[in-house]
Amino acid sequence: MWYRYDLRMAAIELQGVTKAFSGGVVAVEDVTLRIEDGEFLALVGPSGCGKSTLLRAIAGLEDVTDGSVSIGDRDVTDLAPRHRDVAMVFQSYALYPHMSVRQNLGYGLKVRRMAKPEIRRRVDEVAELLGLTDLLERRPAQLSGGQRQRVAMGRAIVRQPQAFLMDEPLSNLDAKLRVAMRASLAQLHQKLGVTTVYVTHDQVEAMTLGQRVAVMRDGKVLQVDEPQRLYREPRDLFVAGFIGSPAMNLVEAQIVSGEVAFGEHRVPLDERRAPADHPERIILGIRPETFEDATFASPELPTIEVRVAVLEELGSDAYVFFQADARLVTAQALGVEDTSLVADSTPLLSARVDPRTGARVGRRLRLALDPARFHFFDPVTGTSLLTSEAPQLVDSVAPAAS
Amino acid sequence: MSAVTPAAPVSVAPGERVRTRTLSRRARRRKVQRAVWNAVGLVVFAVLVFPVFWMVSTAFKPTDEISSFTPTFFSRHPTLQHFRDAIDPQQHPYFWDGVKNSLIVVGATVAVSMVLAFLAAVSLAKYRFTGRSLFVVLMIGILMLPQVGLIIPLYVVLARYHLTNALTGVILVYLTFLLPFAVWTLRGFILGIPKELEEAAMVDGSSRLGAFVRILLPLVAPGLVATAVFAFITAWNEYIFAYVILSDQSRQTLTVWLASFYGSSRSTDWGALMAASTLTAIPAVVFFLLLQRKIRFGLTAGSVKG
Repeated sequence: MWYRYDLRMAAIELQGVTKAFSGGVVAVEDVTLRIEDGEFLALVGPSGCGKSTLLRAIAGLEDVTDGSVSIGDRDVTDLAPRHRDVAMVFQSYALYPHMSVRQNLGYGLKVRRMAKPEIRRRVDEVAELLGLTDLLERRPAQLSGGQRQRVAMGRAIVRQPQAFLMDEPLSNLDAKLRVAMRASLAQLHQKLGVTTVYVTHDQVEAMTLGQRVAVMRDGKVLQVDEPQRLYREPRDLFVAGFIGSPAMNLVEAQIVSGEVAFGEHRVPLDERRAPADHPERIILGIRPETFEDATFASPELPTIEVRVAVLEELGSDAYVFFQADARLVTAQALGVEDTSLVADSTPLLSARVDPRTGARVGRRLRLALDPARFHFFDPVTGTSLLTSEAPQLVDSVAPAAS
Repeated sequence: MSAVTPAAPVSVAPGERVRTRTLSRRARRRKVQRAVWNAVGLVVFAVLVFPVFWMVSTAFKPTDEISSFTPTFFSRHPTLQHFRDAIDPQQHPYFWDGVKNSLIVVGATVAVSMVLAFLAAVSLAKYRFTGRSLFVVLMIGILMLPQVGLIIPLYVVLARYHLTNALTGVILVYLTFLLPFAVWTLRGFILGIPKELEEAAMVDGSSRLGAFVRILLPLVAPGLVATAVFAFITAWNEYIFAYVILSDQSRQTLTVWLASFYGSSRSTDWGALMAASTLTAIPAVVFFLLLQRKIRFGLTAGSVKG
């Protein structure tokens, strides 16, 4: 079928793209980014970070204030959306309510004056691909959320554009459907191999779908990397806190003679992974899985003793939350929506431990932690203090059983 | 469960009965509630419809039945005599002039206000420009002004341009309040259509104008119809301005003609007045009935959100 071989894919290149609105708000600031031919790039960031504006700038729905956009080696900066040969899937689906599913799918072909039999053939094929064949004569109002979502996808696919631009296409679906659609979206991309830019505020979606993920904040792209690398080597405090769930623990600390001290705890550093040059105070980042109940951890690892404030047992894992006498960098400070319900609750550190843990709320627990997996950030600039030559993370926390 | 099977029928049955009894009590209460609301609805309906009914029914009654001390709901000897009297050129001249004048005034007012208001509403809803919000506020402000207070100033202005006693003057005056109303209403309809629909069409290959014609226009159509119906009825029923501005009887609109039935001579011919009122009301009703099926609100349902 045509969609297997006939797609004209293209790389998208952004050069210093800046978008300032008339009120003086700079939504996108100097973004330079290359999305390779056939690549699936996820743009992720908190609401208001400029990711949707950037996508709309690629589509041509927003004029850029500065910089250039090229699609397939063609400068499209000053072209109208219809001349850019991209297809967009909107968060709200934006299906034409006065048209049937067939008319919705065929609209882009019809306005391009394609012959009617050809439109019919293509619409039928896409409907087949997405399982919409029985719904072709219905109106959008008669469809379920998932069906509408598929029509919106189909409207993009049927045009055989050079690139797909998707603006949070799954966020209006309920949780269960969203996970299912996420999987079929990944499958679809494998099948079609069309260059795709996918905007989402959900880091899980970004990590699972994106071949590369670009993290945005305040109009700037902070880091673009493969999901695993983004997770293991965040180059920025914000990226570190944003990627991963539960989030990385970020705590104010001091490095004194080969040891890192936070609150009442002191942990010797791993010299292979320690900041070479650092200010007196730093921010220490520890992912929850860097901890382990000392009973189940390798005995060489340093340990700290904590009082268990909350225990969440999920069956496959258990999470221990504990207080530390140190200032935490909270989600609020990072500009992520605050998830804490109790306003004045002291932020807690989280540790993922073996489900067989003997931890009990209110009791003390000895936690092992692996300094070879620590992250260090400059408290002022937020950049990582680890040089790019720092060794790749090694899984040296070997759980006794997993 | 299987262990207690022998006892089950005995223990379950009374509980079951209790449940059905409470259910039926609830159902009965719901039925009573519905009956009460229906009664309230009927009373409201009667209050609203009765004057209209009385007008139409009186129009068909012979004069002695109208002035009888025992009123009747439906005439025992219905007659068309009052209708004949009402439009009889000898008794009440200028009926056909009134019809013609009303149609001219209303037609022009609706046509001009819809075209101008639609363009204004699109620009107010879709484009940002300096003074946009002030413009919107001013428009509502105009609608808030009591119209009676405007009669004299408007008359003075019209007189200066020799537009008194002319249908053009009446059309202009009607536009002063129908235009803001129509702009305001249409702007609401346009704002109700998600901008993503047009954007999707533009990415799909339409020009701005193409998206406007193929997507926005069909979706705003019910709003256009609704606004036009309202403008028609308002202009058709308007009396005060027409009465003040138009002095020649041959130039008067139908509402002014209708007023001439009332208190012009020693006694009011109630039958003819009611017949004339019925005749005057017919076009507005017909216009509404013709278009009401086109006013399908909620046409955008299903376009966005899951």
